Amino acid sequence: MTQGSLAPAESPALSPGPLSGPQPANLGDILERVLDKGIVIAGDIRVNLLDIELLTIKLRLVIASLDTARQVGINWWESDPWLNAQAANGDHGRELEEENRKLRRRVKALESGGGRGG
Amino acid sequence: VAAVAAENSCVWLYAVAANDAGTGARAMNGVGGGPVRAVRTAGLTAFVGDVDQRDFGAAALRRNLEDLDWLDRTARAHHAVIEAIAERCPVVPMQLATVYTSDHSVAETLRERATDLRRVLSRIRARSEWGVKAFAAEPADLNTAPGDPPGQQTPATSGPGAAYLQRRRAQLMAQDKGRHDVMADALAVHAALSRLCVSARLYPPQSPDLAGPRARMVLNAAYLIADERASEFAATIADLTTRHRSVRLVVTGPWPAYSFVSEAHAEGLP
Repeated sequence: MTQGSLAPAESPALSPGPLSGPQPANLGDILERVLDKGIVIAGDIRVNLLDIELLTIKLRLVIASLDTARQVGINWWESDPWLNAQAANGDHGRELEEENRKLRRRVKALESGGGRGG
Repeated sequence: VAAVAAENSCVWLYAVAANDAGTGARAMNGVGGGPVRAVRTAGLTAFVGDVDQRDFGAAALRRNLEDLDWLDRTARAHHAVIEAIAERCPVVPMQLATVYTSDHSVAETLRERATDLRRVLSRIRARSEWGVKAFAAEPADLNTAPGDPPGQQTPATSGPGAAYLQRRRAQLMAQDKGRHDVMADALAVHAALSRLCVSARLYPPQSPDLAGPRARMVLNAAYLIADERASEFAATIADLTTRHRSVRLVVTGPWPAYSFVSEAHAEGLP
């Protein structure tokens, strides 16, 4: 099975009839629900879903909170100019922001490293 | 009869319901093909099934979850069981791959978390989750724009370069306008449905791999709707469909309340 077959079976021309029969849920709809961090309780056998490459990278599926998604870098939609007006305003602001973030991280690393060393 | 899991077998947890939930008039087969059974304690019923440790132990799970076919099969089997239970009674779905070593361990966890589970159960009672996705009605087609029919000539007073720039400008403006309309419509849809629901949750739009290559998803939301308002919800969708033409709405559901059972998302619920 290839990733292409993940696409829903619905036809692109399908008119959005008012609840004209239930729409078939695609694998994405199911996965984002059953993999959501809606763990009310944890099992004995634990698998960190963020370690599963297929889920986090290949499917680029958000299996946790938005924060976690950002953490593992699957926040693709945030830089999609279609979905994000800020991103559409150009790369310049994002570059500055990224540089800023890197610098802050570096300062933090240097500070904590210095603390341990001294 | 709470059986001790056989050697090489572990216990897959599907969902938890209140104790008055019947064990199930019809037999169900779940993940790995085995039957679904009930473990009861503390006024709660856990729906479980025995699975082979060689396929569902920690190491095997990590390996199998990387296999798309296995994941597809397993996620659908897990969901099918939960959906069947949800048709009969309020149910708290568990995350995929919540696995225990024995029924005893499941029961112990139920007792530990009984208060939380009962609270969540009462919050989702007589409510269902509906998924609403909005797609841009027309895929962003970068080569043509409305108002720019092929073959149309611009006045000869301007050179071909200027004509090109004019055309390009009109094209870009039309694209911007279209994009703006789509986002405005998606927001309007979300606002209208938010007024109707008990709670709403926004998922990130699905990547084109999942949503289909030509579909630009602009809204991927889940709404927890009181069952008594289901027809009002349907009417609202119909109304939104006619009023907001820049987006194409796709509704899924009713779902078990997957998106509203975690502590973080249940807290705000009345």
